Amino acid sequence: MTITATASSSLAERRETVTGRREAWAAYLFLAPFLLVYLVFLVYPLFKGFWISLHDWELVGSYREYIGFLNYEDLWYDPIFWLTVRNTLTFVALTVPAMTVLSLALALGVSRRTRTHGILRGIFFASSVFSVSVVTLIWQMVLNGERGLIAHLLRSLGIAPIDFLGHPFWAMPSMVVATLWWSVGLPMALFIAGLQQIPGELYEAAELDNASRWTVLRKITLPAIHRTVILVIVLQIVLQFQVFGQALLMTQGGPADRTRTLVQNIYHTAFRDWQVGYASAMAMLLFVLMFFVSMLQLYIGRRED
Amino acid sequence: MSRDATVQVQNPWLDRLVLVLLILMAAMWLIPVIWIVVMSLKPNAVLMRSTAGFLPIPFTLQNFTDLLQVSAVPNWLINSLIVAVAMTLLTLIVSSLAGYAFARLDFPGKRIIFILVLAGLMVPEQAVFIPLHTMFADWGMHNTHVALTMPRVAVPIGVFLMTQFFRAVPRELEEAAELDNASRFTVFWKIMLPLSLPALTTLGLFTFLHAWNDFLWPLVSATETDMYTVTVGLASIQGNFAQTQGLGSVMASAVFASLPVVLIYLIFQRYIVRGVAMGSTR
Repeated sequence: MTITATASSSLAERRETVTGRREAWAAYLFLAPFLLVYLVFLVYPLFKGFWISLHDWELVGSYREYIGFLNYEDLWYDPIFWLTVRNTLTFVALTVPAMTVLSLALALGVSRRTRTHGILRGIFFASSVFSVSVVTLIWQMVLNGERGLIAHLLRSLGIAPIDFLGHPFWAMPSMVVATLWWSVGLPMALFIAGLQQIPGELYEAAELDNASRWTVLRKITLPAIHRTVILVIVLQIVLQFQVFGQALLMTQGGPADRTRTLVQNIYHTAFRDWQVGYASAMAMLLFVLMFFVSMLQLYIGRRED
Repeated sequence: MSRDATVQVQNPWLDRLVLVLLILMAAMWLIPVIWIVVMSLKPNAVLMRSTAGFLPIPFTLQNFTDLLQVSAVPNWLINSLIVAVAMTLLTLIVSSLAGYAFARLDFPGKRIIFILVLAGLMVPEQAVFIPLHTMFADWGMHNTHVALTMPRVAVPIGVFLMTQFFRAVPRELEEAAELDNASRFTVFWKIMLPLSLPALTTLGLFTFLHAWNDFLWPLVSATETDMYTVTVGLASIQGNFAQTQGLGSVMASAVFASLPVVLIYLIFQRYIVRGVAMGSTR
């Protein structure tokens, strides 16, 4: 009796481990296609990028020499690098607050479930589906000093038109405006989703108190969606730090390098000057910086739980 | 779902003012696009004299017929379609398979593998595009559709979304099949996949739009004009708009190149906007 009991229990155990092992094998098979692509096209290139950054490495030909962290040292003394960092930071500093406020304002305006508001939502989101080259084409035309839409408007008002994209002061704000127009849809949709999750009861007390809209916004709405606010700001910092197409196509980094951005500099260093090692060092710094910004969001999110 | 977030305090005048402001803003979003479309319908010679006006008078379809007959734009459009469709299908396949494993199966190393996969979300494209370029150069595979497609399939956002989705599916739905001794793959294929159609649609739409609008990687990988995607091709014809003589043709190219994504947006708008909300509730 006891013998059969132990036998059957060990049999059950064995069956358990067998099914467990079979499930593990199945799981690895399910994972294999993604992991293969992930390792080959993301993980390996990331390490290879770091490896390249430790070399004097030319794009074409086979010249490559291990130089340790010399590329990183050179960056420290490279005025062009710091200029592009400053330009990128200026762009981020102008774009992120403007984008956050604009998308929140639009979301507050269009979050109602009526037909008119639905159409307005659709319009503000629509520009996000255009590619960067379509957006730069539209805004290069709109801002063109001779044939642009704004030039026509200014002339009809009797004001001399400005070549915005070639202007030392206006070139950067022009890029910011084009970027706001292009990508306000996503943060707006995030805010709408956040707003629609606020329980209605929260507002009932305010209604009784006859609180003003401004008070309601400050005391109820904003605290209720502050997680979305953080999410939007972090996503925008990461996204706008990578600004590239707008600078490359709208201003070519000009006038006088005033709008030349970090990623544009990486692209030029690697694919115009062929200095792949040096460009990789910049790319690695960008990666580390973006990684910390993303971690910051996780940290803030965790702390509040 | 709660009721409207903004109708707590009644104030009709403020509401009306807000609506007027919103409509003015919407005009700022629409007018540039309308203007571009109108220019694409005007003869180049007329645009040489003036680009003003919002009516396509004199009207012509010449820019579009020229585009189809003699330009490289249709070719670029086909490249974009091939790359975007391939990238979308591959992403859906690998993400749903991996998502199912993470959500439903037990295996050694699950937690650590999942964390390592999620960490990939923090790697920006700019951190890997140079090594990817040297890799594809070593393989002699630049200027191919494969090169344009594969790097983006490795982005783990799809795995993350599908894992989240499968985790939310009630277990009971699979149990009947498990009693019948169905294989894991049968359960996945016959039960889970049909259930996940809405999630797959959203993921597919976002992947397609991303693929279509991808810029940096195709810019460095496709160097031959024949292999450009529309996004890169359109960038290559942007020159000095103050002097260009073929303004109508350039605008027609932009309109033509945007048609597929605009159509997708008009048809699937609900899925796309809802998809943003889905991603935000993580």
